[in-house]
Amino acid sequence: MEAFTFYLFSFLIIISALAVVTMRNIFHCALFLILCLFSVAGIFVMLHAEFLAAVQVLIYVGAVSILIIFAIMLTSRLAGRDAPVVNEQFFLGGFMSLVLLFSLVYTLKETIFRVVAEPPAPQSTLRIGQMLMTDYVLPFELVSVLLLAVLIGAIVLARREGN
Amino acid sequence: MELAPIFAWIYDLLISLGLSVALADLVSQIGLAVFVFSLLCVLALFLVWWERKISAHIQQRFGPMMTGWHGVFQTVMDALKLLQKEDITPTVADRGVFFWAPVIVFTCAFAAYIVIPFGKGLIVSDLNIGILYIIAITTFTIIGLMMAGWGSNNKYALLGGMRSAAQVVSYEVPLVLSIMGVVMVTGSMSMNDIVAAQSGWAGFRWNIIFQPLGFVIYIIAATAEANRTPFDLPEAEQELVAGFNIEYSGMKFAMFFLAEFVNMFTVSAIATTVFLGGWNGPLLPSWMWFLGKTLAMVFVLMWFRWTFPRLRVDQLMEFAWKVLLPLAFVNIIYVGVLALWLK
Repeated sequence: MEAFTFYLFSFLIIISALAVVTMRNIFHCALFLILCLFSVAGIFVMLHAEFLAAVQVLIYVGAVSILIIFAIMLTSRLAGRDAPVVNEQFFLGGFMSLVLLFSLVYTLKETIFRVVAEPPAPQSTLRIGQMLMTDYVLPFELVSVLLLAVLIGAIVLARREGN
Repeated sequence: MELAPIFAWIYDLLISLGLSVALADLVSQIGLAVFVFSLLCVLALFLVWWERKISAHIQQRFGPMMTGWHGVFQTVMDALKLLQKEDITPTVADRGVFFWAPVIVFTCAFAAYIVIPFGKGLIVSDLNIGILYIIAITTFTIIGLMMAGWGSNNKYALLGGMRSAAQVVSYEVPLVLSIMGVVMVTGSMSMNDIVAAQSGWAGFRWNIIFQPLGFVIYIIAATAEANRTPFDLPEAEQELVAGFNIEYSGMKFAMFFLAEFVNMFTVSAIATTVFLGGWNGPLLPSWMWFLGKTLAMVFVLMWFRWTFPRLRVDQLMEFAWKVLLPLAFVNIIYVGVLALWLK
């Protein structure tokens, strides 16, 4: 059952990721991106990382993807027209993808993953919260400051001239 | 009478009939899903009738009176009529997107009920991320609405879909922050833990007593999330004819319509669980308390709809970002101080 679910989600991730880059209708691409991100959340659930799964859906499906769809809907130049799948940078892009693929496969092959036999702690959310407030408090604060800076930047950019 | 022992008895019966534990689990889970689904469908039909009655009485009319006692079977007849109608797909529509939009909206409306505690021991699955799961799964509704708006290839539908997207994204922030106050006090996101933390003290441990501001923010934001007046701009009849569902007819229209009423029940059920003590209450069985409180919340939402005028688009956005969001932060700070003081 577990293997079946894993293969189902993996299949969905691969098919939808391929569809994102090959579909000609950009709105369909965005919808397949949502399916892809949702399937990744499914994999997180299988790894007992429920908090991560919920946050993945909340942030990527609930906010990022909606913004992308919103942008597509507001851009009349894109609406109802087929977008080209390849352009003049095809070979450069393909070369970079191959480099990325090679480095990923190499990393996965060479890394020795620590495997633990006992099941993960049931209260993973609690542990994440405690870790963020104790061991990883500095990165947490840094990210908070970064996000605050981004927020202020967005407000400055969005502000009307002369106000 | 409590319902949980009855479900336990049925489960034991399945085991004693010779089913293996895995098979009995599967059968009882499917049975539970069918039970919750049919319960919600009946409830949605009832809510449509109730809304028509309430709106009628607020406007000094009678509302439906002909079919059954005070027209109680009116929506059943309406549903049967919708099922018989021809299923039309516009020729210029994006067929796949047009087909999947009502399916996504309908499924997500029901998916939230996995973690809602209907009574003592009456919860399909007590996930430890309970409330976060509901918030995450309900964001899918908005994708369905946008797909309906885009797939219809109609300018009114598109405008309706875009309006609902902007609205839900804006009101999601104060909604989550208002619930976060309760999570801070409870120390858990599990729905069972949230209800258990509010038991005792003759109702004075309900979160609404300590966090009235959080409750008010939640109710306003939830009304906006459910796309109901005064926040029903996505389907403003005078401007958009009908909004995102303008091209839908027959069964698909019924799916949108049912999902809307199920969503209204969902936000009321969350308000009951998170702020009004869930199924806690004296004398009556727990599921009656849950149902009573939730229907009272539904009544408040219907009362809003038929007594308040609709907001303008700019007022809607300003209210979310300039009033509700700062108030939600004030509530978080207050709850933090409260939690420290209680310790």
